Order: sequence, then structure tokens, then C-alpha cells
Amino acid sequence: MQFQFAGFADFMAMEGHGIYVWISYGVTFALLASLAAFPLLRRRQLQRELQRQQRIQQRRRQAENGRKATTEPA
Amino acid sequence: MAWQWFHRLGSPRWFYQKTGAWLPWLALASVVLLTIGTVWGLGFAPQDAKQGHSYRIIYIHVPASFLALAGYYIMAISGAIGLIWKMKLSFAVMRAAAPIGAVLTVIALFTGAVWGKPTWGTYWVWDARITSMLILLFLYIGVIALARAFSREQVADKACALLALVGTVNIPIIYKSVDWWFTLHQPATIKLTQSSSIDPSMFYPLLTMIIGFYCLYAWTLITHTRVLVLQREWRTQWVQQELLAGESQAGEGK
Amino acid sequence: MSSVEHASAVGGARSGPGLAALLKVELLLALRKRADIANPLLFFVTVLALLPLGVGPEPELLARLAPGMIWVMALLATLLSQESLFRSDFEDGTLEQQALAPQPLYFAVLIKAAVHWLVTGLPLALLSPMLGLMLNLPAAGYLCLLVSLLLGTASMSLIGAVGAALTVALRRPGLLLALIVMPLYVPVLIFGTGAVQAAIDGYVFAPQLAILAALLAAAAALAPLAAAGAIRISLDN
Repeated sequence: MQFQFAGFADFMAMEGHGIYVWISYGVTFALLASLAAFPLLRRRQLQRELQRQQRIQQRRRQAENGRKATTEPA
Repeated sequence: MAWQWFHRLGSPRWFYQKTGAWLPWLALASVVLLTIGTVWGLGFAPQDAKQGHSYRIIYIHVPASFLALAGYYIMAISGAIGLIWKMKLSFAVMRAAAPIGAVLTVIALFTGAVWGKPTWGTYWVWDARITSMLILLFLYIGVIALARAFSREQVADKACALLALVGTVNIPIIYKSVDWWFTLHQPATIKLTQSSSIDPSMFYPLLTMIIGFYCLYAWTLITHTRVLVLQREWRTQWVQQELLAGESQAGEGK
Repeated sequence: MSSVEHASAVGGARSGPGLAALLKVELLLALRKRADIANPLLFFVTVLALLPLGVGPEPELLARLAPGMIWVMALLATLLSQESLFRSDFEDGTLEQQALAPQPLYFAVLIKAAVHWLVTGLPLALLSPMLGLMLNLPAAGYLCLLVSLLLGTASMSLIGAVGAALTVALRRPGLLLALIVMPLYVPVLIFGTGAVQAAIDGYVFAPQLAILAALLAAAAALAPLAAAGAIRISLDN
């Protein structure tokens, strides 16, 4: 087994077929990478959504407590 | 309780916790195999006598085509399991498999078209295999579109499972009929099917790539299913804990 | 209105002749909706009349395109009419009644698909020789065109019923229905046009017609089953 090309330029050109080969590999790996990245992005989105909800809940609870505190002495 | 594992597998939480341990290994295997296969296929496999270097596209085209078709069956079978045993997790796998399969089909079609240009002189021919792939893409798109049309996830799950099953029954008929249609219309000048056996020096890198694609497929399917599980079990405590815990150790989600 | 008629028909369907009664009711209901019958036919004729305007009036060219174009347009006409297959029955609750009835939903779906074929596929097939004439279809193709369309449209009615049942609960299923059903029509289209082309070229076309008949038999056995399942899913929505 040996490297089939004389040098890097030769490897890129592939006797004129380089553009087809490289485009194919490039698009394939780009699509596979986007498939792999999707769950990570989605997970982060879910995380942010959950944090937002919890903040809202917390604020509501605080507001309620505050109201209780002001109404109780009266 | 021989069936216990089966029912446990149906529990999204159990699945989530169990698969978390497998993911790094699958990721490692797929990265290693795909790197080796790509370098081997692109640089070290010998040149094809007839097609020159453009044949090197085979190393991604063939694995993608394999998995595009296998992915449809995986989707349909998990849909069927969901319908029969009313398993929530199985539906999640089915829903995750649809976009992955569609992307793989697009890859197979795109690489096939690009490969066609230097080989046959045109990007698109109505070859039997290409046409079948195109119809497979339509089948995938149908399932995805149907899933999006329903507002209730449970109904969408069942409807998609049924459509996937109907598609599975049809796939062999479609493939056979497209094959027959192609032999009927095949222009005599273009010969696409070479039945020559592939040389081992070209076959081993191909095999490496196929196994690598399978590992990557498994990893992708599991990660997509996991995030779908998180989304669907959103209200449960374990999911909320999981999501908030994941924040402190960034990158754990991978 | 229709649900009352259905109720009596379904009530009677406990015994054998009930299915005949259901068929009669369905047919009567279908025949009352004149526009639903006429529109697919008009679509079929109009689009095929536009074809020469698009590609030019040369007889040879039209003759070459005729079998394929007539078949594709028949497919589209069937598809367009399929959307309303279960719609009114779904909206007025008849479908729910039939799903709850002791008779298998299978036969109700089979009958609906059969009636759909009687009011769209059958007239389309009968009309096709006239369109063949307008498109300069070679003489050898007419009989085969008629027979292949009779068999093919019946299969398409059955296969389309699955799609119609899956999308009946959606508000605007039109394009989605086409998207999910069209790939399933591929074998029927291939063997239908293949048979007509073979007949025109002077080859035997009986095998293709036999395959079309086999596809019809398989569709009649399996499609109502899938459609019945799909109706039950849609009723859950």
C-alpha cells in the first residue's frame, strides 16, 4: 500500500476529477456534521427554555411572598 | 421475567441513562473508522482503471445508500414496535430516524449525481438505482411532512408509524418496478452496471467506511432520540434535573 | 342527513346483505355530489387539452407522449378527488359510528374505495380513448389503455384511501396527501404506461396487465386494512 499521488497538488487535482471528489466529500461531511450538531443545539435550547421558565416561576413566587408580607401586617 | 429488559427498554428514562455510557465509544469508533476509511480511500486505494480517481466517491456514496435504505426499515420497525407494544421510546426512535434517513438519502443522491458527471458526462440520469433513491427520498419526506401536520404528538407518532409501514410494504415493489422500467427504457449507449467484482485493495477501505457509517448512524440516532426524549418528557423531574445538571458540566451532552 | 342513512345501513349490516345496503347508500351519496364527480373528469380533459399548447401540435410528438401523459393525468385526477373520500363522513360523525360498529371497518373502507372508483376511475378510463384520439394515440394502444386504466385507477383509489384516512383529521390535507401518496403510486404508473407502450410497439402487453391486476389484488387485500387503522388513529385526534 502506498500513497497514490506524487504530491499535495496532485492529490488535490486527482487528474481533473479532484473537484468532483472533493465536493462530494465536503458536502457529505458537512451534512453529517450538521446532523451530529442538531441534538446539541436542541439540547441547549431546551436548557435555556427550562431556565427561563424557572426564573419566571421564581419571580412569581417572590412577588407572591412580597405581597403576603405587605398584606399580613395590615 | 424474561421480558423485563424489553419493557425497561421502553422506558425513556432508562434508555437515556443507559445510552449515555455508550455514546463516547460509538463516537470514538465512528471518528476513527471514518478517518481511516477516508484517508485510505482517498489517498491509498489504487486508481480505477476505467473511471480514474472519480470512483473514490464510492467510499461515501455506497455507505450512505446502504444506510438510507436500512434507515427506512429501522424507522418502520421501530414504528411497528410502537404501534404493537404502545412503546413511547420506540416512537421517539422512529421520529428521530426520519430526518437522519432523509439526509443520508440526500447524500447518496448528491454524491451519485456528482459522480455521474465525470463518469457518464451528465449529473442526472434516470438510472434505476438513482430513481429508486429519489422515490425513497419522497417516502421520507412524506413521513416528515405528515409528522409536522399533526398538532398532537401521539397521533403524529401513530400516523407516521402506519405510513412508514405502508411504505415498507411498497419499497420492494417500487424497487422491482423501477428496475423493470429501467431495463425497458435503457439507452443502449450507456452501460451503468458493471458486474465486475471489486478488488480487495479497494474493498477493504470501503468496508471500513461502511462500518464507520453504521457506527455514526447509531450514534446520531441515539443522540437524536435522546434529545427527543428530553423534549417529550419535558415536564418530568428527571429531565429537568438532567438539563440543569448538564449546564454545570458543559459538553457533557455530547 | 347522511349519518341517518348510514346508521340505518350500518344497523342492517349485521347480516350479510348489510354490505350491499352500505354500498347502495355510499353510491347514492356519491352520485348526489355531481360536482365531485365532474371536477376530476374536467380536470383530466382540460389538462390534456393544454398539453398540445405546451409542447406543440406535431402528431408524432403527441403520439409519443400520449400514453404517459394520459396516465399521469389520470393519476393526478384520482389523487385530487381522493381528499374528500372520508371528509364528510368524518365531519358528520359517520366514520366514528362505523369504527364503533361490530362490523370490521375494513369492509366500510373497501366499499368507499370501490364507490370512489366507480365515480372517478371508471369514467376516467371510459373517457381515455377519446383523449387518446385527440392526442393521436396509435390505434394499437386503445384497448390496452382502457384496460390498464380500469385496473390502475382501482388500485390508486385503494392506495389513496390510506393517505386520505391518514390526513382526514387535518384541516387542509391537499398537498400533504399528494406528497405521501404519490410515491406509492409509482409501480401502478410504471406498469400502466409500460403496458400501453408495449401495445403500441406491437409487443405482448398481457404480462403488464397481469401485474397491474396483481397489484390491484394486493391493494384490495392490504390497503383497506391500513386505511382502517389510519381512520382509528385519525379519530383519536
